[in-house]
Amino acid sequence: MVFRIRKKRVLTPVTVLFEVEAPLVCRHAQPGQFVIVRLGEKSERIPLTIMEARDGVLSIVIQAVGKSTRELIGLGEGDALADVVGPLGQPCPLRDSGTVAVVGGGFGVAPIIPIARALHDRGVHVIAINGARTAELLILEDELRAVSDRYLVSTNDGSKGVQGMVTDVLRQLIDQGEHLDEVIAIGPMVMMRAVAEVTRPHGIRTLVSLDPIMVDGTGMCGVCRVSVGGETRFACVDGPIFDAHQVDFDLAVRRGHMYDSEQKVALEHYEKCRCHGGGEA
Amino acid sequence: MALRKTKVPMPEQPPEERIRNFREVALGLTPELAQEEAERCLQCKNPACEQGCPVNVRIKEFIGKLRGGDLEGAYRSIWSTNILPSICGRVCPQEEQCEKYCLMGKKNEPVAIGRLERYLGDWAREQGLTLAEKAPPNGKKVAVVGSGPAGLTCASDLAQKGYDVTIFEALHVPGGVLMYGIPEFRLPKAVVQAEIDGLRRLGVEIRTDVVVGKTLTVDDLFADGYRAVFLGTGAGLPNFLGIPGENLCGVYSANEFLTRINLMKGYLFPEYDTPVKCGRRVAVVGAGNVAMDAARCALRLGPDKVYIVYRRTWDEMPARREEIHHAKEEGIEFHLLTAPIEILGDEQGWVRGMVCQRMELGEPDASGRRRPVPIPGSEYQLDVDTVIVAIGTTPNPLVARSTPGLQTTRWGGLIIDEETGMTTRPGVFAGGDSVTGAATVILAMGAGRRAAAGIDRYLSEGGKEG
Ligand SMILES: Cc1cc2nc3c(=O)[nH]c(=O)nc-3n(C[C@H](O)[C@H](O)[C@H](O)COP(=O)(O)OP(=O)(O)OC[C@H]3O[C@@H](n4cnc5c(N)ncnc54)[C@H](O)[C@@H]3O)c2cc1C
Ligand code: FES
Repeated sequence: MVFRIRKKRVLTPVTVLFEVEAPLVCRHAQPGQFVIVRLGEKSERIPLTIMEARDGVLSIVIQAVGKSTRELIGLGEGDALADVVGPLGQPCPLRDSGTVAVVGGGFGVAPIIPIARALHDRGVHVIAINGARTAELLILEDELRAVSDRYLVSTNDGSKGVQGMVTDVLRQLIDQGEHLDEVIAIGPMVMMRAVAEVTRPHGIRTLVSLDPIMVDGTGMCGVCRVSVGGETRFACVDGPIFDAHQVDFDLAVRRGHMYDSEQKVALEHYEKCRCHGGGEA
Repeated sequence: MALRKTKVPMPEQPPEERIRNFREVALGLTPELAQEEAERCLQCKNPACEQGCPVNVRIKEFIGKLRGGDLEGAYRSIWSTNILPSICGRVCPQEEQCEKYCLMGKKNEPVAIGRLERYLGDWAREQGLTLAEKAPPNGKKVAVVGSGPAGLTCASDLAQKGYDVTIFEALHVPGGVLMYGIPEFRLPKAVVQAEIDGLRRLGVEIRTDVVVGKTLTVDDLFADGYRAVFLGTGAGLPNFLGIPGENLCGVYSANEFLTRINLMKGYLFPEYDTPVKCGRRVAVVGAGNVAMDAARCALRLGPDKVYIVYRRTWDEMPARREEIHHAKEEGIEFHLLTAPIEILGDEQGWVRGMVCQRMELGEPDASGRRRPVPIPGSEYQLDVDTVIVAIGTTPNPLVARSTPGLQTTRWGGLIIDEETGMTTRPGVFAGGDSVTGAATVILAMGAGRRAAAGIDRYLSEGGKEG
């Protein structure tokens, strides 16, 4: 199986969208599920949420954080990934009616889109909130706008939309009396946690997509364990989407940092190898 | 000439050297040593050893041929019932099987049947000798799910009967536990891959990166023209202890720890991308093969101390004797009759210790082993920063959940007809750890073979999926 990159779109200096040939993954992929990709022989297994899976082509958005994701976004059209496996995890539960606010922060906007689309198609009133630090870092605006009934933007520096965080927009909505049946938020852990705290006092059901460290993605290793409602769950098989008000975010944040120092070492090693012209093999 | 009372010693890397590398510990018998060991066999009229072998390897015959200098004949004898001798010779619990019944072993050490088996398997590989022959294609497609020993054996048997076999494997590399679980120093990955290459030469297609139950369902496989499906999906779901502190950073399942090291080559980080973090003081909970492997892998990452913490005693340890011996030799410290009751964390959420409790053996339990009973007031703290939980695994429910008609036991084992290997869903067969729960390589192979025969019969009788 060759997982060839058909199209590459650079969304920001650190974020790219790939369209990858992966017909088997597309056969059953549903909104909220993820894939695991591997670049080559020595690469790690990287979990990435699916943005779209249609006609045998899988869209994924990658933000360069560590060594592997940096290497990944350096690939170009025509290059191939060694492995793409999925769809993994449970699909996002979808309502049939009412109003749902979908909140995407940073590259979390990508996986929010298929969820928004599915809700929109079912006749749910979708309010989308897209947030980033600054206007240049906002991604996939047209795509998200196209699948929502209302589209709102926030930037930390106020360069576009409301100045502040996605949570400020969400709070305003609630304060203005907008009735929300549900909120679905995907983005950095701090953002998802903040969203959970905004909705908690109002009792609005809130779903988030957790992205713990993973290895296999099939329930075999347990590194992805999270605590939800006091119970240990494996995010790769039971999630990644969970009820935000039940999630132990402290634990999730701590476990997310488990390999920070190694990530630094890997990055340094990578930069050094690149300077010496090697490292790709 | 008087026969040796003890096994011819296996050449090994010395402990102080091998704990600093991941290379194979047991180096293999030389031709001379193999001859000498083979001479110890009494060639009994009724070889009891063969009854101890789950796949009834013709032990007397192969050793007889080996000592007559007919290595190829000897290899053929083994291969007729066991297609993975290089692997089984290395990992089977011989002391519980063939060697347990060896007559020589009544008074002396038994014949080292496993080492001779390995010797012949390695010899054949070096010679490039392959025995598998393809029958003319019969045009019938069979899907094998999982590429551990059960799936590999089933696929091989079916391919040799002319079936068009495709293996679907969830991971990016085939081999199952042989690749992700058992470490390089006990079972070199090149040995496993050589066996798998043999399968490819038989025309078996191996599709990695396919999680059945997710990427494809069993129903999809039938819709895609497969006439029967074999589920060799293993028992990959790790059990945890269920004690406080288990989600702290620094607590691993053995599966995670071993996968990072063996499958992802974490011990070569940062040359390989996947890191494995091992602290200075490591406790491994459990005393099966998995625990020994985890402890010995940890040791090779250079900590100050590695402990095995086990609730029972030496006698009840499920691991292969040789591995326990190697672990002791390598300096692993055993805390027996000890059970963890809590893992302690520091402010950052990392492990800083483990509270243990001493046990004594009470009355025998359902398994016939004496039940460990806690001694009140015997709690003490073990000063560790890494805990690896190796207390067993159960079958992964992915396939059972997504396949209508498939029944499982309470703990998730697939229910089959013992004779044919067929599950409660017609046309779907199963075998290995997915049926028995975590067991052994040889039992998984035997089950794969039985199911291949079951599938052949089923499809010859024109079986249709029901
Ligand atoms: C660390 C360790 C050490 C061991 N040491 C020994 C030993 O010394 N001697 C011994 O005899 N036994 C040993 N065992 C046990 C032995 O390895 C197993 O009993 C044996 O591998 C079981 O074989 P299997 O084919 O049933 O399953 P596995 O080897 O577990 O293979 C199952 C395969 O199926 C794949 N799979 C699972 N679900 C799916 C799915 N839904 N879709 C596609 N693929 C799937 C898995 O990825 C895996 O590759 C050890 C086990 C471990 C973990
Ligand atoms: S990633 Fe290994 S169990 Fe979830």
